[in-house]
Amino acid sequence: MTESTASPSAATGSTATSSANSSASSSAESRAASAPLLTAGRIAFLAFLALALVAPLFLYPVFLVKVLCFALFACAFNLLVGYVGLLSFGHAMFFGGASYFCGHMLKVWGWPPELAIPAAALAAGAMGLVVGALAIRRQGIYFAMVTLALAQMFYFFALQAPFTGGEDGIQAIPRTPILGVIETANDTTLYYVVLAIFTAGFLLIYRTIHSPFGQVLKAIRENEPRAISLGYAVDRYKLLAFTLSATLAGLAGATKALAFQLASLTDVAWQMSGEVVLMTLVGGMGTVFGPVVGAAVIVTMQNYLAGFGEWVLVTQGVIFVVVVLLFRRGIVGEAMAFAERRRRRREDADAAAAGEPEPAATH
Amino acid sequence: MLELIGVSPQMLFGQLMLGLINGAFYAVLSLGLAVIFGLLNVINFTHGAQYMMGAFVAYILLVVFGVPYWGALVLAPVIVGAVGIVIERTMLRRLYHLDHLYGLLLTFGLALIIEGLFRARYGVSGQPYPNPLPGGTNLGFMFLPTYRGWVVVASLVVCFGTWLVIERTKLGSYLRAATERPDLVQAFGINVPLMITLTYGFGVALAGFAGVLAAPIYQVSPLMGANLIIVVFAVVVIGGMGSILGAIVTGYALGIVEGLTKVFYPEASNTVIFVVMAIVLLLKPAGLFGTAK
Repeated sequence: MTESTASPSAATGSTATSSANSSASSSAESRAASAPLLTAGRIAFLAFLALALVAPLFLYPVFLVKVLCFALFACAFNLLVGYVGLLSFGHAMFFGGASYFCGHMLKVWGWPPELAIPAAALAAGAMGLVVGALAIRRQGIYFAMVTLALAQMFYFFALQAPFTGGEDGIQAIPRTPILGVIETANDTTLYYVVLAIFTAGFLLIYRTIHSPFGQVLKAIRENEPRAISLGYAVDRYKLLAFTLSATLAGLAGATKALAFQLASLTDVAWQMSGEVVLMTLVGGMGTVFGPVVGAAVIVTMQNYLAGFGEWVLVTQGVIFVVVVLLFRRGIVGEAMAFAERRRRRREDADAAAAGEPEPAATH
Repeated sequence: MLELIGVSPQMLFGQLMLGLINGAFYAVLSLGLAVIFGLLNVINFTHGAQYMMGAFVAYILLVVFGVPYWGALVLAPVIVGAVGIVIERTMLRRLYHLDHLYGLLLTFGLALIIEGLFRARYGVSGQPYPNPLPGGTNLGFMFLPTYRGWVVVASLVVCFGTWLVIERTKLGSYLRAATERPDLVQAFGINVPLMITLTYGFGVALAGFAGVLAAPIYQVSPLMGANLIIVVFAVVVIGGMGSILGAIVTGYALGIVEGLTKVFYPEASNTVIFVVMAIVLLLKPAGLFGTAK
């Protein structure tokens, strides 16, 4: 009956190192390796940005906008599951909630997007503060169930509340210009606006993960009792991370409401919470780029399978099962593990060629 | 007297009865979840889908094979339980050494697959299942349909039967011991992996049984399990999974609370269980019957 405190990525992380550590390697070596790895991350981000800037030349901008919205949503979710080890099964309430708020502000109150989107994100953050304060009172599996139940409660609220439009949702949300000059009605312009929002959110998450605050979060993920005994107010860190994650999920949802001119029950339903889990899992929990890759894969798949109705559900289920059983590190996680194995093998070969008096005898 | 608060006795008792029926399903389902969680440390997200499967197996048995309700009441749980055993043997078993969250994710994926397959085959509209016990009794203050009375009785018998087996028999003592220290129990020569498989099969069969019970009351639909399981999760959080009796009592009690809410404040009837969950989390985070760990 013990509740788990270890995180999924901690579990995979340990299997990763045990399988990759074929030869003996000191911790000093791996610490030295983390410096170039960081720049590799930066290079990857710049490459991604360059690709994203020219992407509308090759791909339909509306599709790219959808990918970016879900990528930001998944990154926000990953901040919690990948770096604090808290699996929220209710993130749709922040995503969908913010899209309702933003839709209402844009359409009924007539607010401009530069005001409505941040306001809706902050409102989602406030929801996150309340929900998080309740949910962090339980750990592990119970945390997932509590967030799921509270999200379902919000779903029924959205179904009945007057401002959400019930089954119809909020339709025909106007794409008004930002600051009165940037025409979001143009799909390509909209894409660059969404790309800017995504980049801002992504960099904020990146900064958070690599800050001292992020280090404490990782410590909680790895060993919560130890973090407590070191004097950290663990609950406060968890709550802050939860609120930040909810705010950024809200930012994604608000952006989606503007881009697709629709806020509906689909966005707050439990299936949406499941989808963001799937995206993060497929891309790689606890990796910086994993959720982006996962979101791209899943949104593409949904686009191709859109005509097959219920088979989208079955396919998503199969992907869940296959990834959990076979590729728990996800696409990016597996790629990083592969690169790490290759690097290690090359280093071993270099060492053998350089300093060994009797060649090829040891390995 | 009841007229004083503006509620007719027929309505009050009618809703109480409905609440008791819902409570019966909450109790049987959360009992299954608790039994599985106790030994496997896995939250079985597939539980709702397996409940739906139970109802569909009964429906298919009736329509295709002409097996009546009473036959299905025995056969359907066995079939659903057998599918569960296959799932445990081929997939769940590989995840026990990992974080518990992976079990949750795997069973969530399985739930999507099962629900999607049934939706692809039967659509989202419900299939009617004939009532095997038509008619009812007028109790004076309310009309009691016979089948609904049977559901409450059957669920009570199953719940307390399970409780007796776990708390009062030798097999149950092995089970409880394996929940605490599986390694030691195995060292005493008891086949714990087999016990785990059978426990999962049994817990899943309970869900299938609830599905058959539900078939004549609700329409048999692929959607029937998905929303119910979330409410059952809330029930489990409220009760805490440490106690079998706690799961049963919480299930019935919350069904009744829900029924009463339908009488006095119908708008909140969908959400009242979640509100209760939030209050319990504030006051007693480990759950009503749980132990803080």
